[in-house]
Amino acid sequence: MTEQLAQFAEILRFLLPAVPATIQITLASFLLALFLGIGVGLLRIQKQPLLRGAGRLWVDCLRGVPLLVIIFFVYFGLGKVLHLPQFVAGVLAIGLCYSAYIGESVRAGIEAIPQGQWEAARSLGMSWPQTMRHVVLPQAFRIVIPPLMNEFISCLKDSSLVSVVGLRELTRAGRDYASAKFVDFQTWFVVGLLYLAMTLALTRLSSLLERRLRIPGRETHS
Amino acid sequence: MSGTFHRRDDDPMVRVEALCKRYSPQFSVQDVAFEVPDGTVTALIGPSGSGKSTILRMLNGLERMDSGRILLDGIPLDHAARNLDQVRAECGMVFQQFNLFAHLTVIDNLCLAPTIVRRRPRAEVEPEARELLRKVGLAGKEFRFPAQLSGGEQQRVAIARALCMRPKVLLFDEPTSALDPEKISEVLDVIRALAREGMTMLIVTHEMGFAREVAHQVCFLDQGKLVEVGAPEQLFGAPREERTRVFLARVL
Ligand SMILES: Nc1ncnc2c1ncn2[C@@H]1O[C@H](COP(=O)(O)OP(=O)(O)O)[C@@H](O)[C@H]1O
Ligand SMILES: [Mg+2]
Repeated sequence: MTEQLAQFAEILRFLLPAVPATIQITLASFLLALFLGIGVGLLRIQKQPLLRGAGRLWVDCLRGVPLLVIIFFVYFGLGKVLHLPQFVAGVLAIGLCYSAYIGESVRAGIEAIPQGQWEAARSLGMSWPQTMRHVVLPQAFRIVIPPLMNEFISCLKDSSLVSVVGLRELTRAGRDYASAKFVDFQTWFVVGLLYLAMTLALTRLSSLLERRLRIPGRETHS
Repeated sequence: MSGTFHRRDDDPMVRVEALCKRYSPQFSVQDVAFEVPDGTVTALIGPSGSGKSTILRMLNGLERMDSGRILLDGIPLDHAARNLDQVRAECGMVFQQFNLFAHLTVIDNLCLAPTIVRRRPRAEVEPEARELLRKVGLAGKEFRFPAQLSGGEQQRVAIARALCMRPKVLLFDEPTSALDPEKISEVLDVIRALAREGMTMLIVTHEMGFAREVAHQVCFLDQGKLVEVGAPEQLFGAPREERTRVFLARVL
């Protein structure tokens, strides 16, 4: 029993230093995806068919290709030409992929705002960008929080995929340890636990945010 | 504003000429023309689906006209030009469903457009907003959110919000139709007070008694056509057109 505990402690000591890399990759790629995704979401709601089509193409292409393939394409394809470091290639690949999903959530959030809110703002003389910024986005933001948090959690889990290009994050560290010490069961169990701890923390954060941002007088929004 | 177009004192505040809008073979607004003199109230009445909302919405560019001309305070409404937002700023609108900004408090609902559209400092707008809230009987509700108010209170906030832009014209689209019967009078009282102060208003309403009382001019619409225009005593008391008579017999 104490022997096993000691083994777990050793595995943990080996894996913990890789956790910050996982967090960094996740945060960087999610920020990139958020930035691109808001742009894509705004494109998707334009009246102008060309702009709308561009947004649609972006979403359909990136959603239709496995993330692993995007990672290979960016790292081995683009990376060779542009000399991208592993970290940049990994973050770029995940960021691109997730911008498609976030773009769709942003679009859905904006479209959930009743037409009357637009009309009221426009009738007061507010321009399209003013209406977007002061009336629509603040309300859409609240609607989009739950799906965005889900995407953040998926993003954290999918960051394990960049281990295939040799980036040293949590999953890569697990592989290194398991293959060196031949303790697959215990190693992957601990790796799983570490991911679980992070995702559970994010789930808590999500419901906290939702409660903080609720508009007084409204029990729940649909 | 644009120096080329200025309303002369004897020109009407709102002028509508040969206004047309076709939605479908079944419905179109056809050749509607009327004027609203400065400081007067015009009521738009007619059966549901007769095009009242469509006309009101064209007046501030929420719907695009197919042809015709609309002049607000002497300025032609032009969808191609950049003056649409300016025209809208001069022309307030009150909706059937209130449409208050759900994420903002009452006071922020009032202050938003004056600060970002008119670029007036918040410190100057806020006292004015409080005064308007007092005027519509909502002093002390500054920090409520729309969902915490009754329908009648929300509609009075919506009126105050429109007034806070200091508009030259106010448009009302069935302002009391979404209200519980006992809340209707509190909204009508506010509109009545505005009429006494000489606010230029265009009101779509099913409250015939109210239209008769506050309006200087009544327009009766049916199937997209302006059937009859007249002073309230004339239109309600001795309608010239058969269709007006039939409609009034049904609703009065
Ligand atoms: N956006 C639209 N597209 C097509 N038809 C419309 C649209 N808006 C209104 N209509 C039609 O125009 C007619 C007049 O509508 P409306 O102006 O709302 O009438 P009212 O306000 O007098 O009840 C109705 O038959 C309605 O179905
Ligand atoms: Mg209507």
